[in-house]
Amino acid sequence: MTIELERPKMRFRDTQIEMAHGAGGKASRRLVEGLIAPHFANPVLAEFADAARLPYGDGSLATTADGFVVKPLQFPGGSIGDLAVNGTLNDLAVSGAKPLALMATFILEAGLDVAVLERELAAMANAAQRIGVPIVGGDTKVVEHGMADGMYVSTFGVGSIDPRVRLDPASVRPGDRVLLSGPIGDHGITILLARGELDLEADLQSDTRCVWPFVSAAIERCAAGIRWMRDPTRGGVATALNELVRGQSYGVALSEDAIPVHDAVRGACELLGLDVLHIANEGQFLAVVSEDVADDALAAIRAVPGGEGAVCIGEIREKPPGQVVGVSGYGGMRAIDMLVGDPLPRIC
Amino acid sequence: MKYVDEYRDPKLIGAVAAEIARIADPARTYRIMEVCGGHTHAIYRYGLADVLPKNIEFVHGPGCPVCVLPTGRVDDGLAIAEHPNVILACFGDMMRVPGTKGTPLEHKARGADIRMVYSPLDALRLAKENPSRHVCFFAIGFETTAPSTALTLLKAKTENVRNFSVFCNHVVVIPPMRAIVDAPEMQIDAFIGPGHVSTVIGTKPYEFIASEYHKPVVVSGFEPLDLMESVLMVLRQLAAGEAKVENQYRRIVADDGNAAALSAMEQTMQLRPHFEWRGLGSIPLSALSIRPEFSAWDAEVQFEVPGVRVADPSAARCGDVLKGVLSPPQCALFGKECTPERPVGALMVSSEGACAAHYRYVHAGQAVEA
Amino acid sequence: MCLAIPAKIVEFPDGDKTIAVAEVSGVRRRVNVDLLRAGGIEIGDWVLLHVGFAMSKISEEQAVEQMEILTMLDEMTPAMEEVRGYEFAEP
Repeated sequence: MTIELERPKMRFRDTQIEMAHGAGGKASRRLVEGLIAPHFANPVLAEFADAARLPYGDGSLATTADGFVVKPLQFPGGSIGDLAVNGTLNDLAVSGAKPLALMATFILEAGLDVAVLERELAAMANAAQRIGVPIVGGDTKVVEHGMADGMYVSTFGVGSIDPRVRLDPASVRPGDRVLLSGPIGDHGITILLARGELDLEADLQSDTRCVWPFVSAAIERCAAGIRWMRDPTRGGVATALNELVRGQSYGVALSEDAIPVHDAVRGACELLGLDVLHIANEGQFLAVVSEDVADDALAAIRAVPGGEGAVCIGEIREKPPGQVVGVSGYGGMRAIDMLVGDPLPRIC
Repeated sequence: MKYVDEYRDPKLIGAVAAEIARIADPARTYRIMEVCGGHTHAIYRYGLADVLPKNIEFVHGPGCPVCVLPTGRVDDGLAIAEHPNVILACFGDMMRVPGTKGTPLEHKARGADIRMVYSPLDALRLAKENPSRHVCFFAIGFETTAPSTALTLLKAKTENVRNFSVFCNHVVVIPPMRAIVDAPEMQIDAFIGPGHVSTVIGTKPYEFIASEYHKPVVVSGFEPLDLMESVLMVLRQLAAGEAKVENQYRRIVADDGNAAALSAMEQTMQLRPHFEWRGLGSIPLSALSIRPEFSAWDAEVQFEVPGVRVADPSAARCGDVLKGVLSPPQCALFGKECTPERPVGALMVSSEGACAAHYRYVHAGQAVEA
Repeated sequence: MCLAIPAKIVEFPDGDKTIAVAEVSGVRRRVNVDLLRAGGIEIGDWVLLHVGFAMSKISEEQAVEQMEILTMLDEMTPAMEEVRGYEFAEP
């Protein structure tokens, strides 16, 4: 049976690749949906989920691939190795899949200090062991000095989808609650500061961690009530939620005062004119759950060490459909858009 | 955050909103121009239209220095960046502004050395750290930002940094305000004055609006409570038939401004006879250039720039939106050919341009301004 | 047109009071305080920061006075509920 990918609503007219295409926002989406996906058209791809769902035997497998090109390689709270393992495991986790195995490909720059590589291998081994997931293979290539920023890592992960979980944006209903596992903005701001161009100092670190323990706890407690999950990486919470509601008959209303943000992240965002909802996270997840299980889901997540910061940040509403809005404590509302390009500090 | 959170207090905002609702005359419409792009951004970002009576309308003024920068000037800056030895340093705001052949980010992708800085002092430091390169700082902004450029020029001279220059695009706020209040098609009842520009120039320069044109001016802060209080102060003046300049932002703005800032500008810069404002045309004595004593650091002296005037597409109604004659959605290109991702006109370029702010923050449930 | 943020002066690293370290919610940056030297600048002062320069000293007195006026307005105004809790108007 051949199924054609429905005609993409986004058309890709750009003639050259820009940094914006990798930022995780609108440009990235246009690249994927407008150029890449049409070439590979198939029904699994058409779901555009964090992980591909492949029927296998009596159940389903989730598979995911990811690439990591962070600069600097090491930063407060972690390094590229941590991101590579945690990020891949998280894509599986938010697909409701128990991670089974990982693979990793290294693109190494000639001249890279072996001690750096070794440090990353140790970080990856550590992060994988914490969740009990083996790294079962991969590949290595070396490119000339001046390329690959030291090293790039690309990963593949496979997991087994928990049959109790059915995640589907079409199953989301007005009244459902939007849960967030913890404070946002830590990773993106840490990286921005670590690059050193802005001359800001703060006691901040990346939040990189695997969220499977929290997701798993929520699944054990109330699998049937979980409608949708996503890890808000590049593009932040705003982009993830916009991807949920796009084309749907419902929207999201976020309570701005409920969104958890560490003081220093907030300070940096105010100073630089950035919206924390657009900043990348590497250790958080969003879940849309039915109203009746929301309290249970939060309790389950909070009971896991590291999950104490989980909160409800908003709800699904009928109007306006297809949009994410922020509601302030005094009733002012604003639309919250997807990220356009890289979040850039502004002075105006 | 101190001096921020207090001005986002829902209770106080609600109290001011209630008072505004109480004294607003339901039989009339109030058209208040906020001059500064930062105020435009804040009004949209904080959803103030949702807490104000529908008969109070904001007319968005031209105080967005990125928006009013003509495309030709962007091209000039990018021409400087094309020199192989040059590092062009600019604020984040400039990186996505389209020139004729692409934005600074796109030029960077094609190999130009363009770097983002947070402060002009960072650009000067870049010059000191790269003695074999020339660092050119793309200066934009109103009087809030000009003193920083001025101090940087003074420092460059004192420290004799010879591989540094400034491409000066600073503009000043009073001439366009005068042009706006003078224009016969203007239907503005009062002005919300630019709070941060006023830290430099003080509140006295706005007197002419009150004395010659009999319109109230309230110089405002940028938090939602500041803007709400300023609207209340405007309404009170209008109700009393008054027209004077008031300072709502007293905790930060001194009525006399900042003498050191004005002095630094005076020492290093002078007024250009005229300057083109995108969407508004040429305005005399509205922009700054670098004084001859500092010509060694003036990029327009050190480099040849094309200096070509590039007209906006005629379908782009930026000028009318800037003058408050049209609201953003009333331009045919709004949200279709012209979006923040692919801006056609000036007001979609910067996040505080009226069109960009409207596009980003207005939600489908809000009434579109007439 | 100008993003500027209140920050507290916490240090004069070079001892000469041209450069200060300013802090916003735990984020620190070196800033130039040349524009405020005439009026005197001390550790603990709050200033307005813009592009790496301190533009103005924040007057605690004016801030308090303004807050007092607004708080009185809050206490006097009845039925604040009328202007709170907005839902969408039906389009």
